[in-house]
This record gives sequence, C-alpha cells and structure tokens, in this order.
Amino acid sequence: MSGTTGTDSEDILGTAAAWLAEGETVAIATVVETWGSSPRPAGSRLAVTKSGRLAGSVSGGCIEGAVAEVARKTMETGAPQLLDFGISDERAWEVGLACGGKLKVFVEKMG
Amino acid sequence: MTPALLQRLLAAREAKRPVALLTRLPDGAQLLFPEDATPPALAAEAEAALRDDASRSVTVDGTAWFIAVENPPLRLIVVGAVHIAQALVPMALPLGFAVTVVDPRRSFATEERMGDRVAISTDWPDEAMAALAPDARTAVVTLTHDPKLDDPALEVALRSPAFYIGSLGSRRTHAKRVARLTEAGLTEAEIARIHAPVGLDIGAVTAPEIAVSILAQIVAARRGGPKKKAEP
Repeated sequence: MSGTTGTDSEDILGTAAAWLAEGETVAIATVVETWGSSPRPAGSRLAVTKSGRLAGSVSGGCIEGAVAEVARKTMETGAPQLLDFGISDERAWEVGLACGGKLKVFVEKMG
Repeated sequence: MTPALLQRLLAAREAKRPVALLTRLPDGAQLLFPEDATPPALAAEAEAALRDDASRSVTVDGTAWFIAVENPPLRLIVVGAVHIAQALVPMALPLGFAVTVVDPRRSFATEERMGDRVAISTDWPDEAMAALAPDARTAVVTLTHDPKLDDPALEVALRSPAFYIGSLGSRRTHAKRVARLTEAGLTEAEIARIHAPVGLDIGAVTAPEIAVSILAQIVAARRGGPKKKAEP
C-alpha cells in the first residue's frame, strides 16, 4: 500500500519523485499559511513539470495558473519563491480568488 | 528540495515513521525532523505539529519556518469481510486510511471480495487485533454481527487508544453486547466508547449508504465534529 498520508490522500511528493525518475523537471508549490476562507489547508501541495503536467492543488483552482507560472520560473532559476495571495476585494477578480481568502504559497524546485 | 532529502522523506513514509519537513522561509533551507539536528525550540514546534497532525508556519527566534507534517497513514481495521465491508473499504482508501480486514472465515476474507489495496488477516480477531495494536491514529469497526468474532476484537480495541470504535448491530443487539462485554470485565467507560448502532443517523439503508454513515462518523471523531461556520 502506498500513496496515503495522514493529512491528505494525494501523494504529491510521491508523484513528484516518479516524475523526476522519468527525467522531468519538477517544482512543488506548498500552501504554508492561510487566512479566511481558503479552500485548501496549510501543507497542500501542487506539483508542476516543465512539460506542463500538474498534480494536486493549492486552492480550489483559483490560483493554480498563477502558481504554475511562478513554478516555471523557479524551475529555470532554481530560486525558491514565497508568494502572497493576499487579495483585496477590488483585485479579487483579477487573480481569480473570488472566495476572499488569503494564502501564502512556497514554490521550490525539486532535485 | 534536494533529491537526497526527497528520498529520505519517502523512505520515512515507506517505513511509516512520522517525520516533519522543516522549510525556512523564504530561502528554502530544509531539515527533516527528527532525523536532522534541529534547534530545540524548532524541534518542540515540530513535535507539536506532528501531535496535532497539522502542517503550519511558525516563527522561532525571529525566523519563519514551515512545518510540513508527514505522519504515517491513519489506519482502519474492519472486522468482518462482509457485504458492508465491500462497500466500506474502497471508500475508506481515498480518505487516507490504510485498511486491514480481519476475518478468520477464509471464504469471506478473499482478495477477490476485498480488493488488492487492503491487508487481509485471517487470524482469530483477538490475535489479529493484538498484532495490529490499534493506536491513536486507528479506527476499528466490527461488522460481523457474530459475538464470537466481534467481541474478542472489541475487547482488544476498547483497551487500546483507538480514536474510533464502531460496532454494527441494532440497539437490541448492542444491549446484549454490552452485557457480554461487562461480563468479560470491561468497564462502563470502556464500553461507552463503542459507537452503536454504528454510523451517523442518516437513514442509511444500502451497504454503500451505511458505509458513508460510518465513514462520516469516523471523520467527525477525528476532526472534532461540527464546526462553526467561518465568519463572512
């Protein structure tokens, strides 16, 4: 049996390891802090490959696109990023976090 | 994350050792707790996060760290490879449970019936349960209806720190069970831990519906039940 953890049944790190073994370039985004009605708890992960594969999530789909963009940059430079999605009402539509929650996401390159 | 650290983390997970990945923010320096030397104040935070099973950010001595909790899977022990177990097992897996089905009746306890993603024990329930040693991250559900099978499993479960114990059977069946367990020397407080009739009362009729009601009750036991609605 594999692929389960106490906090989430999705094994994103296992998926990332498998992708690395296939020769993919991989970055991981992790929710490190949330406020308000963020849909995914701290510790939720999204894995992204340079080739465009995605696994897991860091929100209800609102910010995955923006995070994947940053992840691509991190894969190029190797430099980790700490992102703030602290969304004021007037900007909420712009980045698509309509729930009004706020979160911090850490993005790092694997390997 | 370096490849070496990822491999160590996956190895800990494979060995079912609780670990925490500590990431310094924003520069991304990482430690694997408790394997790597960790400053005492940070180690205390990591211990607490593992105990709470909650990943979180902390600030220690003016430095921000993210503690990613990597606890071994929750366990669900199902006694009785019966029809309801066939519905319960595949639903428990995506909830993050490692499932073991216990049933000494070999015609019931087959991979064909239970699927290949669960462990199956055909030992007698008291022996199987003693070997499985339920801990505070384990839920136990008895489904056989048969006192010869359910009771010995319950006797072990009720003296364990299992976070949930449920037992299929009507109120009448349960009243008889309580009498037998009392006779067997279990205390009123121990016996009161049994959720019976098992599952949330949602009027479940079919096996999958009963499985949903049981799993909902297990989730409630783990997460602390109904929560207040978030402030708008």
